[in-house]
Amino acid sequence: MIGSPALPNYRYVSRKRRTKEDRRFVTGRGKFVADVDVPGTKHVAVLPSPHPRANISSIDTSAAMAVSGVHYVLTGDELAAETNSLFHGLDLPGVKWHPLAVGMTRYAGEWVAAVVADSRYIAEDAAELIEVEYEALPAAVDSEKMLDGDQPLVHPDHGSNVLFRKTWEWGPVEDDFSRVPHTVSYRARWGRSSTVPIETFGVVAKWDEIGEIMDVWASIQMPQYQDQIAAALRLPMNNIRVHNDVDVGGSYGVKRGIKHTVLVTYLAKRLGMPIRFIEDRLDNMSGGDAHGPDRIFDITMAFDDDGVIKSMKIRALDDVGAYPGRAPLQLGKPITALCGPYRVNSIEYEAISVTSNKTGQVPVRGFGQSPTNFAIETGLERVAKYLGLDRVEVRARNLVRKEEFPWKIPPGSVYDSGDFHAVLESVIKTSDWAALVARRDALRAEGKLAGVGITTCLEPGGGNNIFEYLFNPKLEITTFVESVLLKVEPTGAITAVMCTTTSGQGHETMVSTIAGEELERDPDTIRVLHGDSLEALPTRSPVASRMTIVLGTATSNAAREIKDKMITIAAHDLGVDKNQIEYADGEFSVRGEPERKLLWSEVCHIAHKQFHRMPPGHELGLQAYSVQQVPGAGQLPNEKNEVPLYPCFSFQAHVPLVEIDPDTGKVKLHDYYIAHDCGTAINPDIVRGMIIGGVAHGVGAALYEKFEYDPEGQLLAGTFVDYLLPSAHEIPPVTDIEHCTPSPMTSLGQKGSGEGGYLGAPAAVASAVNDALSPYDVEINELPIRARDIEAALHEKTL
Amino acid sequence: MTQVEISINVNGRACVVTVPPRMTLVDCLRDVLRLTGTHVGCEHGICGACSVMFDGEPIRSCLMFAVQADGHEITTVEGLASEDGEISDLQDSFWECHAMQCGYCTPGMLVASQALLSENPDPDDDEIREAISGNLCRCTGYQQIVEAVKMAAQRRLGMSS
Repeated sequence: MIGSPALPNYRYVSRKRRTKEDRRFVTGRGKFVADVDVPGTKHVAVLPSPHPRANISSIDTSAAMAVSGVHYVLTGDELAAETNSLFHGLDLPGVKWHPLAVGMTRYAGEWVAAVVADSRYIAEDAAELIEVEYEALPAAVDSEKMLDGDQPLVHPDHGSNVLFRKTWEWGPVEDDFSRVPHTVSYRARWGRSSTVPIETFGVVAKWDEIGEIMDVWASIQMPQYQDQIAAALRLPMNNIRVHNDVDVGGSYGVKRGIKHTVLVTYLAKRLGMPIRFIEDRLDNMSGGDAHGPDRIFDITMAFDDDGVIKSMKIRALDDVGAYPGRAPLQLGKPITALCGPYRVNSIEYEAISVTSNKTGQVPVRGFGQSPTNFAIETGLERVAKYLGLDRVEVRARNLVRKEEFPWKIPPGSVYDSGDFHAVLESVIKTSDWAALVARRDALRAEGKLAGVGITTCLEPGGGNNIFEYLFNPKLEITTFVESVLLKVEPTGAITAVMCTTTSGQGHETMVSTIAGEELERDPDTIRVLHGDSLEALPTRSPVASRMTIVLGTATSNAAREIKDKMITIAAHDLGVDKNQIEYADGEFSVRGEPERKLLWSEVCHIAHKQFHRMPPGHELGLQAYSVQQVPGAGQLPNEKNEVPLYPCFSFQAHVPLVEIDPDTGKVKLHDYYIAHDCGTAINPDIVRGMIIGGVAHGVGAALYEKFEYDPEGQLLAGTFVDYLLPSAHEIPPVTDIEHCTPSPMTSLGQKGSGEGGYLGAPAAVASAVNDALSPYDVEINELPIRARDIEAALHEKTL
Repeated sequence: MTQVEISINVNGRACVVTVPPRMTLVDCLRDVLRLTGTHVGCEHGICGACSVMFDGEPIRSCLMFAVQADGHEITTVEGLASEDGEISDLQDSFWECHAMQCGYCTPGMLVASQALLSENPDPDDDEIREAISGNLCRCTGYQQIVEAVKMAAQRRLGMSS
């Protein structure tokens, strides 16, 4: 990492410190869901549909049931009768969603039956013996054709394959368009990819008939998980106990196995046996409903002679697959930063969500923001090309200026802080843009194709999901809380209880670092627990780049309350006013009389054990909890549909250099520079890892990863042989330059950093590839840009 | 189903286990021997999460049957630390460099890196990337892993010089 942002004199925050979590991972002592060992557990295997769309005429489970070691074979009819349909973000009464197909299969790979057996091996044997009679039907797979209305219906009771279609106008769009001399219109397409964690989704459940408790261990990263389990199983929520101390082997948004969980919890209760289902890779890729956005943007930008963009018209058409869940709302989150970091006066946005006979879509890192950023940045490239302007200069002319914060964009979000020009300037300077261009030109002189890319990008963090209301007024939710409980033991040791799972973000490190900073105690001595869902305070889970912002601020608040309590106790015991007490380094002393003091451990001892030394009416023990609202949130949209969405905005600028083999179209990334500002970084190693890892995800989405379907609706990429993930060969060394513009919205100026690399990299890589292709007058605005796509485009040009 | 008795030396300890012939080595390590540090990612030999040392060579334990390991030596991530539980310099370098996030690929990465360092004590960045290129990580973008392997190599060279 380059750069040493000016920092307050923190002793733990922003310092190089080892994480709390890594020790268990390097010793193989992580506890992942497949490591959960409940005695007597039975195993599930599922039977997928081979057809994209088919009526189920009959299912014969007798041969499977006869296999030795098989306990049960479950089909969709029983499960649908005994559980409620799963939750959708949109109000869709005609769209039912159950873990197993009911009467009809809606995509190739959809689960039709589930076998419970003594081992996974036996369960798979038996699944092969289930006889299903299908009546195959033509499938609906082309999202644009859904708008014509003549496609086969995925959900006949809904009456259309269009699930949502609405246009918003924020600001005087037509006026702005009429006042400028230029427009460009273009299409940008984001291919169906996902984050594809190396650990598949898994869940273990055990029903205690006497205690009436359903224990659930899962590799989950999902808001309202326990709520949705309870609703589907028709149980009170306090009969569900989700164990949040399961290490999650990567998620980046997608570990939303609610259908898996309802299947497994139902079986656990029905059979009275602990049940486990761990997806195999095929289950995960084709039947796990973990695909990402599949989106076509049609955009027109209006701009003046200087390349200053005044207005945008955006149409986004997204294919959510067969079962929408929360996926359509991924068209909503980008409203938070719909014009990116640019000073745009007005925006028209049409969001269209369609269903198809493909595997279902789930939230993916950034919740729809990465495709949108790619589409916006494609426009910046187009504007520069149209006017013959430098690509960096066009961005600089449109960025919000430092002195303009807080800056409100047309849809209502308020950008909290930043110094976008300084970040852009530093990436240009560190990458030595002119030298990169010279290297590009030298490669071109050798007969190679080469290009330099540029992108700027905002990362909204905090996750108040009020955009949901714009899509479904029944979701009148104006908060997205996160909580922590802090306790100081009689001996002085500190324990924090957070309320959700972690999938690599290092929350234990974050909470202990902030608590340690606030209380001036060594974070290494602070234990952080993941409370189970019955013990824990309210949470909305670690989505939306929000945990440092919301859980971090909650931790500061709870720690400050504890410190205040301790000062009150010390003041009483020392016989002075509270404001006479100074606290430093674990000592409470009287101002100006440093010898009159109490040690940390003495105050803890008083609080827990010496009632006679406590101030009257003061609570015993030392504990505080904070249930933190998303900063700045709390209102519904106004009559113009304006609403402040996420509270904090991190910013980045990316510069990659690529080389392309002119014969094969293979892209090689030589260098990658990223300048980044997420306010106060709590742990620099964690932030750096997230940024570079996010870039790697973005490189995958830009160049390799796609859930390809054939025209009949068969998935062609169900393994790692045909769904290509970048290895250490494909990801270049990344130079990371850190800036720090603290946020005014959080306790220590922190912002989000979990999504940013992924939000910018696809656009940056596309920019570089298209720069490489520009001498041939070829432009590809559809991701992923695979070698064969480049080869084909070049071949067509040179014919 | 027929069961087969096999003897494997796992992390320096002789283990005799009875397994069905079709049980994969990784399932045997995890479910029979309860060494859950080795992870399952793809079960078709691409991701490398299940990497273990087989007679000193890194292999995919999802692509091998347990019965094929009869009479051989296996080292898993649990065997990288010393007898008294002190973590190795490689493990310590991974921790120091934060060469992971979720930790799921980490055991396989450690095995691949250990194999590299035993053959090449002073690898450059390209050689490290080559050595771990059969192990997929979705969190880190590999950079901090490369840095960790380099740190471990330098520590070892520093100790031997």
